[in-house]
Amino acid sequence: MRAAGERLYGTTDLPVLLPPGERLLRRASRERTDGVPRLTLKAWHGAVIAAVVLLAAAAAQAQGAAEARPGVLTALWKWVPLLVEGFLFNIAISFLGMGIGTALGTVLGVMQISLLPPVRAGSWIVTQFFRNAPWLVLLFFCMFLLPFEFRVMGFVVPFPDWVKATLGLSLPVMANVSEIVRGAVQSIPSGQWEAAESLAFSRRQTLVQIILPQCIKRMLPPWMNLYAILTMATVLASVVGVSEVMTLTQRVLSAESRPELLVPFYGFVLLLFFMYCYPIARFTHKLELRYVVKL
Amino acid sequence: MEDFFQWFRWLYDETGINLTILYDSFDRERMVRGFFNTIYLSLICLALSVVIGLVGAWLQGSPLKWTRRIVQGYIQLFRNTPPLVQMYFFFFALGSLMPRMENEYGIMEPVLSNWHWAIISLSFFAGAFNVEIFRSGIEAVPRSTVEAAESLGYTRLKTYIYVVLPLAFRVCLPALNNNLVNLVKTTTLAYAIAVPEMLYVANQIWSDSVNVPEMMTFLLLAYVVLVGLLVHVMNRWERAMRLPGYGV
Amino acid sequence: MSSSSETAATQATWTPDRPIVSIHGVHKRFGDFEVLRGVTFDVMKGDVVCVIGPSGSGKSTLLRCINALVPIDEGSIQVAGQEVHDPKLDKLALRKKVGMVFQQYNLFPHKTALQNVMMAPIQVLKQDKAEVRERALKLMKKVRLNGKEDAYPGELSGGQQQRVAIARSLAMNPDVMLFDEVTAALDPETVKEVLVTIRDLAEEGMTCMLVTHEMGFAREIADMMYFTDNGVIVESGPPKEFFANPRDARTKEFLGQIL
Ligand SMILES: Nc1ncnc2c1ncn2[C@@H]1O[C@H](COP(=O)(O)OP(=O)(O)OP(=O)(O)O)[C@@H](O)[C@H]1O
Ligand SMILES: [Mg+2]
Repeated sequence: MRAAGERLYGTTDLPVLLPPGERLLRRASRERTDGVPRLTLKAWHGAVIAAVVLLAAAAAQAQGAAEARPGVLTALWKWVPLLVEGFLFNIAISFLGMGIGTALGTVLGVMQISLLPPVRAGSWIVTQFFRNAPWLVLLFFCMFLLPFEFRVMGFVVPFPDWVKATLGLSLPVMANVSEIVRGAVQSIPSGQWEAAESLAFSRRQTLVQIILPQCIKRMLPPWMNLYAILTMATVLASVVGVSEVMTLTQRVLSAESRPELLVPFYGFVLLLFFMYCYPIARFTHKLELRYVVKL
Repeated sequence: MEDFFQWFRWLYDETGINLTILYDSFDRERMVRGFFNTIYLSLICLALSVVIGLVGAWLQGSPLKWTRRIVQGYIQLFRNTPPLVQMYFFFFALGSLMPRMENEYGIMEPVLSNWHWAIISLSFFAGAFNVEIFRSGIEAVPRSTVEAAESLGYTRLKTYIYVVLPLAFRVCLPALNNNLVNLVKTTTLAYAIAVPEMLYVANQIWSDSVNVPEMMTFLLLAYVVLVGLLVHVMNRWERAMRLPGYGV
Repeated sequence: MSSSSETAATQATWTPDRPIVSIHGVHKRFGDFEVLRGVTFDVMKGDVVCVIGPSGSGKSTLLRCINALVPIDEGSIQVAGQEVHDPKLDKLALRKKVGMVFQQYNLFPHKTALQNVMMAPIQVLKQDKAEVRERALKLMKKVRLNGKEDAYPGELSGGQQQRVAIARSLAMNPDVMLFDEVTAALDPETVKEVLVTIRDLAEEGMTCMLVTHEMGFAREIADMMYFTDNGVIVESGPPKEFFANPRDARTKEFLGQIL
């Protein structure tokens, strides 16, 4: 049994494709399992974004000085607390979304390798369904179809917009986690299953005590990459009106109504995302290298 | 056909399931247009992103260090930022810098419409991935394979047409497919700048006809079927084009 | 201008009693590094010539020069009277005469074995497809690969791939075949099947130039041995004498290491 992710390239020793081609095929098959592209954040990206923010701010400052308006940096400074607060909201959404998505996705992924055909087929369909649906459409779906409150045993549980948005974002995460789990389980050599079976482990024990622990190492890099992608995707919630950082930025910009603020403000938001995602991306990369070496 | 449509009016009267896009010709035409706009947006961005990819891959082979660096910067920027932010940036920041022109009704209009900006931003987004894909694809073909072709009497051009490009294309195909599927899903973001693609049209319809659940379900199914079909066709094609002996 | 008319003249006058490959005073530099420093020798039609020598001594470079894969800096190489060192060289005409087989097979992995053999005659020589096919099938049989026509290179063993590569070159009906360490990437058992193919060819009277480390094979098949070191031919002679009593110290040392 081979991993779904390993199907695209073979193992011939003949020198027909050079390393760039091998790498491309490998990455393509990895991204196919992951369902999302890999982030390739580098430190210089942050430096460039920061430089753009400062340059644009300086240019706007000069322009503003000529027209005797308050400085751009002053304006930016005034709004930083609000924007950071908005950004923390994004982080909260991403945490919750990732948690829900991972929990559901793991169950779905394990169901995909069930021995019962209906369970396998059902979970496969659910996985493919949510993998193929665009994130924004799923977000709309949850925003408009979930009620704004639930009644449970006489209690009214409010269901604010941001919770609905979080659920909307956790659906694609669930589907991608499901594929990641399935890919990882299938990449474990079948000898492991046989060995466990010969030691009288039940299928469930084998899975929980032998297979899944080995999978964690393989799943961690794609899972963390998925988290970084999800964090960046939380800006989608602005389309449906959740007061996250992008919505706040647009509100601030329209309140200030100064076009020269546009680039510094957008740049600042990008910088926030960069500072948060960069360590994650680096760590993902490091883990993956370690894994490749140990292979 | 008309009977078929009328059945849905009856369905609405009987059950309250209001599929205006089927029995109401106005909504139906809107939806069909929205669907084709999504297809059109995907196709034109696909074509442009391939062009961008080829030009970028060619520029990356440039002997000038700064040319290569700028292309690299472009790739990294578009790979690693949310496409929605890219689209906002193009539309609001660059759009506000564009000159305005008088249209045929005498109203001042920006030179580039939201359609244009959606096409530009999505093409650049997908193009960033294509640059790397094409570059790796060409680099994957060993110099010795080219020499083998030359020693059989192939000219430079023919070597490219019969050996290098077919081989490079096969290496690129899986990655290109990933990118294409991603692109089709990303076209929904054009909603955010009011491009009348499927999501936007569906939104209009449900605001007019107050049939959110029906439209939402329809929309979700439409996208899942569209993308699923694309994935299926691409997988078939990939399998047919696979380098035999180089995959399982 | 003058050189091309001269080529035409010599070409017209080439007769089987003159060498089919004539190499004279060839120099080749890569930057500052001189790989070939005046190589001179002739190959008669039907001869089998083996070139041996330590790694990096320029053996591959020499073969590449004969096939005009790399230009030479000085000297002259004539193949059936056609000057290779000529800016107006008709590369197609040359490569029709000279077939080359590489150490790494270099088959086209997106085509089946038979298609690999058929490609160049159809696309380069514009020959009739059905005819080419018939000939290709015969060639496949000749290299003992009938039954493997529809396999892709990735599905063949190294030795099988190398034999397809030989058939692919033969499909162009060359006058001379160049073999550059064609067994170096193979494991010992498969080496033999490729060598047998080459021997069959030599016995049919094909002119062959081989770079090889298979000394036993060279001794058995060669009409002439050449030993290169540092870009020059140090020693040459018929294999019997060459192996029995080499004169040059470097040849002795090399043969001592390898035998
Ligand atoms: N394209 C090139 N550019 C620069 N140097 C080259 C090039 N091709 C070959 N050389 C150099 O020329 C020298 C001779 O190379 P060549 O491949 O002809 O050696 P060889 O005798 O075939 O060795 P081997 O037995 O290892 O195949 C080597 O030192 C090599 O580094
Ligand atoms: Mg060599």
